Amino acid sequence: MTAATTIDIIVNGDRRSVPDGSTLLELLRLLDLDPRGVVVEHNRTIVRRPDLDRARLASGDAVELVHFVGGG
Amino acid sequence: MIQDTAFTIGGRTFQSRLMVGTGKYRDNAEMVAAIEASGAEIVTVAVRRVNLDRAEREGILHHLDTRRFFLLANTAGCYTAADAIRYARLAREAGFNEFIKLEVIGDQETLLPDVAGLLEATRVLVTEGFKVLAYTNEDLITALRLEEAGAAAVMPLASPIGSGLGLLNPVSVRTIKRRLRVPVVVDAGVGTASDACVTMEQGVDGILMNTAIAAARDPVAMAHAMRLAVEAGRTAFLAGRMPRREVAVPSSPLEGMLD
Repeated sequence: MTAATTIDIIVNGDRRSVPDGSTLLELLRLLDLDPRGVVVEHNRTIVRRPDLDRARLASGDAVELVHFVGGG
Repeated sequence: MIQDTAFTIGGRTFQSRLMVGTGKYRDNAEMVAAIEASGAEIVTVAVRRVNLDRAEREGILHHLDTRRFFLLANTAGCYTAADAIRYARLAREAGFNEFIKLEVIGDQETLLPDVAGLLEATRVLVTEGFKVLAYTNEDLITALRLEEAGAAAVMPLASPIGSGLGLLNPVSVRTIKRRLRVPVVVDAGVGTASDACVTMEQGVDGILMNTAIAAARDPVAMAHAMRLAVEAGRTAFLAGRMPRREVAVPSSPLEGMLD
């Protein structure tokens, strides 16, 4: 058993640690979020749902996870 | 009943001329009941970060039937064209439609639009295939420029967002309606049913409101009142009001009076 290396990323403005080599889809799973219910922006670029399992996170990356809320 | 023309925006036709927001409700059940009572088909939503610190992470779509309601995402809270474009792209990625209620706000106190930013964002989003419904002030020239830029609808305010002051400038709104070919939907400022009725009597194509319903003591009842008011105002416009006179004209015959 080897200790997994982690990297620090920024998710919705807050620092979080994730296992090195994580994909965006794995991040969503880690956060218990359904990919169908969120839109993902990775370093200011929107990542479409089919590409979430290909986009890998690197240290210092900024991720925004957004959805619809009540508004006028 | 008087025959009305279809209410079509960006190639889509709707039955109701009342559009409603989903913000500021006490709870989701009240929001859903109010939307039902309003008869609206188009409902607005905002794009925000998922709150990762809360167990309750469901967005509004957990409560709204997206097969029954047409979602109109907004760019509320954006103060630059670049921010509004970013929010619009995120909203479209949610996968419902390419409509965006474009807001580029210029001032925190009044929430009045930054018309330069609004025009810039409209031009960019139109080239990207968005149907832009542009929230603007009641200025004819801005409205004309937005139409030239390809906006699917122009949405002049009745009065500032959330103010409930009603239609402050009916002449300007009528002028905008007369001069534009795209639909004119009054957005923001309506406070109660009479405001909605008077606004529709100007001949505009529709009204978008949120606070007037959500902040009423009984939002469901107010939503019903707004539905009736929008229908009454629209029908009165189509019926054509009598001319105003500053002197009385008797309604009963002058002949046949007794000596």
